Amino acid sequence: MSETAAEPKMAITVDFSGGLEMLFSNQRRHALSIPAHDKDGKPSNIAFLISHLCKTLMKDPRTDLFVLDDHIRPGILVLINDADWELEGEEAYEIQPGDNILFVSTLHGG
Amino acid sequence: MTADTGAASAAPMKSNDRRLTYEEFERYSRQMIVPGMGKHGQLRLINSRILIIGAGGLGCPAAQYIAGAGVGTIGIVDGDTVEISNLHRQVGHATSRLGWKKVDSLIAHLKDINPLPNYIPHPFHLDPQNAADIITQYDLVMDCTDNPATRYLISDVCVLLRKPLVSAASVQKSGQLIVLNCPPAPQGLVDKKYPPCYRCCFKKPPPPSSMVSCGEAGIMGPVVGMMGVAQAGEAIKIIASALHLPPSSTNDLTAPIPERNLQQPTLLIYTYDLESAVGPYSFRALRMAGRRKNCFACGENSTLTLEGIKTGNPNYVTFCSPPTTDHALPPEDRITASKYHETRARGELPAHLLIDTREKEHFSFGAIDGAINVPFGRFLMNAAAIKRDGGPPDQILPAEAALGDDTPIFVVCRRGLDSQETVEKLKELGVDHGGKRKIMDIVGGMKAWKDEVDPTFPFV
Ligand SMILES: [Zn+2]
Repeated sequence: MSETAAEPKMAITVDFSGGLEMLFSNQRRHALSIPAHDKDGKPSNIAFLISHLCKTLMKDPRTDLFVLDDHIRPGILVLINDADWELEGEEAYEIQPGDNILFVSTLHGG
Repeated sequence: MTADTGAASAAPMKSNDRRLTYEEFERYSRQMIVPGMGKHGQLRLINSRILIIGAGGLGCPAAQYIAGAGVGTIGIVDGDTVEISNLHRQVGHATSRLGWKKVDSLIAHLKDINPLPNYIPHPFHLDPQNAADIITQYDLVMDCTDNPATRYLISDVCVLLRKPLVSAASVQKSGQLIVLNCPPAPQGLVDKKYPPCYRCCFKKPPPPSSMVSCGEAGIMGPVVGMMGVAQAGEAIKIIASALHLPPSSTNDLTAPIPERNLQQPTLLIYTYDLESAVGPYSFRALRMAGRRKNCFACGENSTLTLEGIKTGNPNYVTFCSPPTTDHALPPEDRITASKYHETRARGELPAHLLIDTREKEHFSFGAIDGAINVPFGRFLMNAAAIKRDGGPPDQILPAEAALGDDTPIFVVCRRGLDSQETVEKLKELGVDHGGKRKIMDIVGGMKAWKDEVDPTFPFV
């Protein structure tokens, strides 16, 4: 909460696909600088990133299209450097500088 | 027959060691000389049976290449008929075949490409009662459908019948493709290196409110076409290389899967932007996890059976669209499209503001005279900003509309849901000035306008 000037940040890219970009200014790629630690001083993980995105990047009020009950909503895949987040520890994965996190909504049309 | 194929004990017609006819050589030579293909690969295609479920934007391009490549038996499942709005993407149909059953139309087209395969029409939709009886007749399944309930059903049956599944989907400007259940391992045999099923990758369907179909959201022909063609590419590769089968010396499906047949499960996504060149088109190959230990369908303690599926367990419809709470506005806040039209035509309606909340692309097709376009998404965003930052509530209304405090507002949308939410939000913000101003919803949206007032209206 306190304004410490030296709050360490890290640079990552966040991508949205499958229609989710609509909720984020219609932009598919965002280069972000996010806090390296959460408010408890723990390294920022994916759960932190999701709430951070809702608070800072999402202008559309329809947050329920992105999160439900504080978790990513069903039907959205999370990819960490192009790998399913299941292979990386899901919400607990600690984000590294330079990481690419991709959120894809699964499609059903044809 | 040579010793190593004798064990397959297939009917002589199905021999993987027969001579090709002159026509077959002529017709397939250009793919047969591709390294890795050869006569063996071609005979595997000729002796195989592929089921294409859905004869639409994915199924049409997929089927063209499956037929062209010489797959011996090709089944097509679809209960729909050809409509003119299909033709920009469903390239297996034609203007001259409008109104035909899609399966018949597509098969007519395929026979023109290649008369040699045996084409089997299934002119109805796949459902839990017929799924297993149809799928069991084939070696590989291509999911070219357009709704999640059918996608989960197809995957479940493919797990139980041990059929490889090539699945694709597409909406608007994005497409996705994944090979599942290939090679098929027995249900309950859990090992991370075994391939996932649809449920392993997509545990739960998205809530219906967040789902859009091609009919509602639109679809670019080349995007869905690309995914259908890629599906055919995967299916041909799997069959021609026998990647779905146990080692050729045995017919034992429980034999361990050879390493060479285990592929890294990969989800391919294709995307592009229409309105800006900032984001170029992109293909991404995403690494997916293997079979999931606790998967409902293929996992360790799965109780899924073919009998269960037939008798409604699981229930695919409720799984994919849980009952929603339907909130309707009180009758005094609503007016039917015909009543609005009649009172307005008789001059009995006071000067008012008519807001149309459809997306601007829909609005560009046409609107009710005098309507002002305020797209729903942008409206919600502005409403949230006013709520957060304060400011006069009337700021949410279009600037070009000069309004008195009691000028009524009517709201119309596509089908009558967004407009109700808009009316609620406007009141919540205080735009009704404590009841001084009436704010009303036009029941059923522009769909109702077309049905009740103007049948020539270009409703999409
Ligand atoms: Zn599974």
